[in-house]
Order: sequence, then C-alpha cells, then structure tokens
Amino acid sequence: MTSPHEQKKRKINGSVVVTANRLGDGAVVYRTADDHWTTDLAAAAVVAAPAAAALLARAEADGVRAVGPYIAPVELAPGDRVLPGNLRERIRLDGPTFALPGVV
Amino acid sequence: MPLVKSGQIVEDRFVRVADGASAPDGIAVIVGGARFLAEAEVLLQRSAPIGVVWPNDRSVGALAPYLDRVALVALMFPSFRDGRGYSQARLLRERHGFRGELRATGQVLRDQFLFLLRAGFDSFEVAKDADAAAFAVSTRRFDVFYQPSGDGRATVFRQRLDRIGWGAQAR
Amino acid sequence: MYRYDEFDQALVEQRVSEFRDQVRRRLAGELTEDEFKILRLMNGVYLQLHAYMLRAAIPYGTLSSDQMRGLARVAQRYDRGYGHFTTRQNIQFNWIKLEEMPDTLADLASVGLHAMQTSGNCVRNITTDQWAGVAADEFEDPRIWAEILRQHSTLHPEFSFLPRKFKVAISAAAHDRAAVKVHDIGLRMVRDGAGEVGFEVIVGGGLGRTPFIGKTIKPFLHKRDFLSYIEAILRVYNQHGRRDNIYKARIKILVHELGAEKFAAEVENEWRAIKNGALALDPAVIAAVAARFSYPNYERLSDNPSALARARSEDRAFAAWFDSAVSNHRQPGYAIVTLSLKPIGGPPGDATAAQMDAIADLADRFSFGEIRVGHEQNLVLPHVAQRDLVELWQQLQMHELATPNVGLVSDIIACPGLDYCSLANARSIPVAQELTRRFRDPALARSIGRLHINISGCINACGHHHIGHIGILGVEKNGEEFYQITLGGRADEDAKLGTLLGPAVRYGEIADVIEDVVEAYVALRQRPEELFVDTVKRLGVEPFKERVYAAR
Repeated sequence: MTSPHEQKKRKINGSVVVTANRLGDGAVVYRTADDHWTTDLAAAAVVAAPAAAALLARAEADGVRAVGPYIAPVELAPGDRVLPGNLRERIRLDGPTFALPGVV
Repeated sequence: MPLVKSGQIVEDRFVRVADGASAPDGIAVIVGGARFLAEAEVLLQRSAPIGVVWPNDRSVGALAPYLDRVALVALMFPSFRDGRGYSQARLLRERHGFRGELRATGQVLRDQFLFLLRAGFDSFEVAKDADAAAFAVSTRRFDVFYQPSGDGRATVFRQRLDRIGWGAQAR
Repeated sequence: MYRYDEFDQALVEQRVSEFRDQVRRRLAGELTEDEFKILRLMNGVYLQLHAYMLRAAIPYGTLSSDQMRGLARVAQRYDRGYGHFTTRQNIQFNWIKLEEMPDTLADLASVGLHAMQTSGNCVRNITTDQWAGVAADEFEDPRIWAEILRQHSTLHPEFSFLPRKFKVAISAAAHDRAAVKVHDIGLRMVRDGAGEVGFEVIVGGGLGRTPFIGKTIKPFLHKRDFLSYIEAILRVYNQHGRRDNIYKARIKILVHELGAEKFAAEVENEWRAIKNGALALDPAVIAAVAARFSYPNYERLSDNPSALARARSEDRAFAAWFDSAVSNHRQPGYAIVTLSLKPIGGPPGDATAAQMDAIADLADRFSFGEIRVGHEQNLVLPHVAQRDLVELWQQLQMHELATPNVGLVSDIIACPGLDYCSLANARSIPVAQELTRRFRDPALARSIGRLHINISGCINACGHHHIGHIGILGVEKNGEEFYQITLGGRADEDAKLGTLLGPAVRYGEIADVIEDVVEAYVALRQRPEELFVDTVKRLGVEPFKERVYAAR
C-alpha cells in the first residue's frame, strides 16, 4: 500500500502512532507514551499528526530495540478503540489476509 | 581514526596536506589526486615520501606513469557499500604493478578487511577503534578462497588439482 | 547433483560463524541498522512487514532429498511450518527471528545449503533450466557452469559491493527455460561452426521498473574464457555503473546509456588484459567440479509401458494430470514430473514442512533422491520411471501436490506482495488465489491451453509480470489497490515484454477482468491450438481492450 518512505513524503493528518519492527524478532511494535515499545496497538501513544515528529525523533534515537520507526495513521473507532489507518498497517497488525499454509 | 598496517595499529607517518597548502619538505605527505597530477614533477622532487589520495570515480591509469615514485596511494570508501575502490586496488596492484602502501580510507569496517586485503590493500584507516582492535580475528575468519587475486593465496580450484595430483600437468 | 567437498563445506561454516558474530554485534548495539542491513542482506536476511525473512539459496534449483528434509526442519523449528519457493529457484522463510538466524543458517549448512548472496549488491544465486541434465533438447549440463560461477562469485574480493544486485542465468537447451534474456548476464550454451560448445553472452536484460531485453555482446565465448570474460563485465560495471540513483544502478542502464556496442568494446578491452591470466579455465579445473556432480544409474527401460498406457486411456483424472505434469526425459522409460505448488485457492509456491518431508520421501522412492525447483514456483522430480507414474500420482494426491494445472491458467506466478513484503503496493497472493478459483474446472483450464499469468505487487516486478502472457501489476492510487494488466509478454527464446491493456482496475474487479480477457481470447483464437500468447501476437491488444472495457 503506502510504504513508510512514501508515507514520510505524504502528509498524514489526523491521529497517528509511531511504529517499527522489534530488533530481535522483527515483530511489529508501537511506541508508547513513556518511550517503550509494545506489540499492543491499544497501548500505543496516539497523537495528532503535528505532535508525531517529537515521538518519532525519540523512537529513532533508540536504534537497538526497534528498527525503522515511522509514523503510521490510525483510526479511532467508537469506544476509543484504535484501528490501523490503512491496509498496509492492518496487515502488519493482523498478518496476511489469507489462511497460512498448514493452518486448518 | 586508528591506522592498521601489517596487522598492527600504528602511528601514521604521513600527513594529509590540503590542496591550497604547501607540502613541507622532510615530512611524508599525502596530497589530493588532481593536485598531484598538476604538480607531479615538483612534488616528486621532494626528499620525503609522497602519497596520493585518489578519487573513486577516476581511472587509476592516470597514476600509472608515477607509481614507481609514489610511496602511498589512498583509495576512498565514502560509504562501505561503494565498492569501486576494490577494482581500483586490483588494477593498481595487478595491472600497474604498484608496490607501495595501498591504503583504504573512509567508512572502513571490520567486515570489509578481508575483501580489502585480498584486493591488495595493506593499510587501513579504520572508522571504529573496536574494529581496528579486531583486525587479526576478522581477517582469519576464512581460510577458503575461490578467486585468484593479487594476494597470491592458493585458490580452491588450484588446491583441488594439487590434491589429486593434476596440478603439474594442468599448470 | 553437486556434493560439496571439504573446501565448500568449510567456507559455508566459516560464513555462518562470521554472521553469528555480526548478529551478536548488532544485538549488542555495536553495529547500526544501516551498517548491519548490508551485512544481513548478503546473508539473505530481509526485514519484512511482520518479521525477518530468510532467503536460502537453492543453487541452480537442484536439491537432494536430505536437503529438502533440512528445509522442512527449518520450517518446523524456526518458522511457522512452511516455506515459499521463489521465481529465482530459492526458498523463503517468512517468520524467522534474527536471534535464531545464525542457528538456522548452521542447520542449513549441515545439509550443504546456504543463504549467501541471495540478496545484496553482489552476484546472486545463479539460475538455470530446472530440467538441466534431463531435458531431451539439451546438449550439455549447464549446472556445472553455474556451480563454477557460484564458487567464483562467492565472497568475491572485488565484486561484493557492486552498484546493484547482479543476476546470471545459464541455459543449455534449444528451448530457453531459464529466461536468459531478462538477466544481467544471460549465457546460452551454443555450438560454433567447428562443433565446439561455448557461450553466447547476453547482457543488460532485466525487469523491474525499466524492463529491457538483453543484448548479445559476444556471440561465442570459449569455455576457457568463461570466468575471465564475466570478470571483465563485472569490472566494467563495478567501476562505471551508476551509484547516484538506485533505480538506475543496474547494468541494463549502463548498457543502455553507453550502447551495447560501446559497452562490449569496454568489456573486450578489459578482457584482453586478463584473459590469459589466472582465470583462464583449465579443463582439469572444470573436470574437478564436474566430478562432484552425480548422475542416476538408470535402468534400461522402454517408453510407455503398458500399465501406463492403460491408465492414461482408462482414468481421466490421471490422464489430465499426466498431460499437464509429465514431460519427456532424455532417458528411455523415464519422465520428468512437475509437482504443482498451485493448489486451487492456495498461495502460489508455498509448501508445508509435511509436504517437504513427503516430497523428500517420494524423491527417494521414485527419483533417485533428487528434486528441482523451477522458476514457475513448482517443484520437479526429474527422474521418474514411467512404470511408477500411477503410484507416484496417487501419493502426490494425498499430499495435495497433484493439481493438474502445470502450465495452465491457474499455474500462477506471484510475488509475496503486500501480505508480506515491505516494498509492495498491493496484494498479489489473494489475487492469485481468487483466479485459481475462477479457473478451477480442469476441463475449462485444459480448453484454454497454455497460459501464464504473472502477478507483481509493485514495480520491482518479483512476479515477473512483464513477461507473463497475462501480466498483473499492483499499484496504489489514493490509498487503494489497483492493478494494471499487460498482455503478450513471454520469457522464452522469443522473449518479449507485455503491452498495457488499458486503465488499471480495482482489487474487487481484477478477477472479473482477467476472466473477460480469457473469454475474449477463446472467442478470438483462430483454432483451439492457437495459444493465448500467439493470438495476442497476431491481433495486438486492441480487440482484447474493446471486449474487456466495453462492458465497464
């Protein structure tokens, strides 16, 4: 969908999170408000796009726990549920959109 | 930046001289490639050794007429993914017969040492202290080489023939 | 099959130990990601959307049954129980932890496999005809040359940091099954006027965002000059290939910008200086590599045994499978059998660990322990006695490896796409899955005939969409997946890039549109034997465009 590189070029409005892959196993992680990483999107720091730069800068300084941080859009659903903001991010969170081989 | 030569961390006896500055006599200096070509006859008159830092986008053939009087050629690795210097090094050593010091400079990491050695480099301006200290370990990681290069190590292809006694006829 | 000698084995083990140290340094923070990325890529390790991906090399697509079991073990122990065979005769594991990568590579090394140079800006896995050594139309085994070049390019001191990746393919048959014209270097074994076998050298082909068909720069290269000439090409490219723009860094751009003649002259010049040096190949060196290849000890059998003939005439399901999956072998009484990794509704090219183990067992029973990987993302048992075909077919059915669609419309080539890949713009696999469902009826697929659909999820073209008879390219428009369609591409000796059909269509429409394209072909073909690609060649894309877009 939109690669992180293109997402950087494109202006993202609305709510966003900072996401990356964990160094040791590559798992998808999100930056928390207290500058940790979590695999739980609900625990991520959700900020308005203009405030994301500072969150990203702190994430980029942490090059050992997570790799390739970037700003990704999210949608806020009723009840303050946080959902990925596009197909790429949905796939990153939920996995491939089809049943994996060998999984019945 | 530590300098590794003959496997040891050593003091650099060469001084880098900027293009506008004069090259003091009695001290080994390294000058830029364009300046060297422009002032070669004067620079080569000096009593102290002369070195040239050569850009990686220009043929080393231009240096060929001077190589027997040049003490050092430094080749540049602006990024360690830029591999032009390896071809330049092999051409200097294997085609033009350069026997002076061949120095790798720029982003030089331990993971390149063996490639650089095999291409003909014998001195290394290393970006990280820890990498310089790890020179011996890094360059002994492999003892199997497929390609012939100027370093004269026996290739696997050759060793196979020697082992089965075909080497003599095949040579 | 090539067996490592102690040198090959030592090098692979040394490489694993080096990478173990590099991973340790990265995890300890001694290497930045920028530094480490280059090092991991040269060991086949990517970071994808969900996890690290390991691409292991299957040199020239040949595997022993023990190596296949080794792949199954890796899938089971370090991944999620499956692997993905690629268009470059490699295998990818999608879910391996970086922390476990060194152990994974050590396990591979224990069965004579590695992941060296399956990525990075170096000479990649050398590919060849998946039928090498058994094809009826081949006059020499190209794998010996692929192996010599594999060795020569491994950890090459001069060419490990090229401007960009470098892919070499070798073909030795009249019919090109290795797509040599779309590689950085394509080598076609040919015979000169005096009957000597050598190589036609083609450079500068490639797909990606700027597709080119390669140009011949040397019509005949003697075997002794094989390495020195390739070295000369690489040296010219290493020094003059563009490094300022990643999209213009492949050798095809250099060849295009200089012109093939000028490029050839530069290579010739460099080659003359080195051709009589240490790289001149001595016949004894070639023989020493060739001696490590083993060939089956075939029985004397005759073609078309009566039990086979009976099964073909009496069992329609077997006959359908036979017609699609079984090809002529050069040894009487034997056959080449393709195992479809394209089950209806499945992801193309995937195999579970259980399937890999089953294939290894079947290879031991029926194919002298040998397996091949083809660029169509199917597997091959290359030496099956014809008398065993019925039994093999029954076994393959139990493991879902007997879909009778090899070479047909549902034998789709697809890249991993947006479901896995961090570069992709759109999904590929679900498009392929839906298309296999649309064309699931074997009688329909047979009546359509040979038709290759290739799907790429982005312009990097890992699904080789340009050379698909039907090519599908995923693009992104305003955050939505769209697909461009090209018709008439082909990868063989008449290699050609496909022509754009018309405006891109949405994800939800792509399967309908492809069905319409196929219906248009059935209506437009002169006779049932005219292949899709020949109809497109005869008529161009216009009549297809009219029929497909008229209704939309």
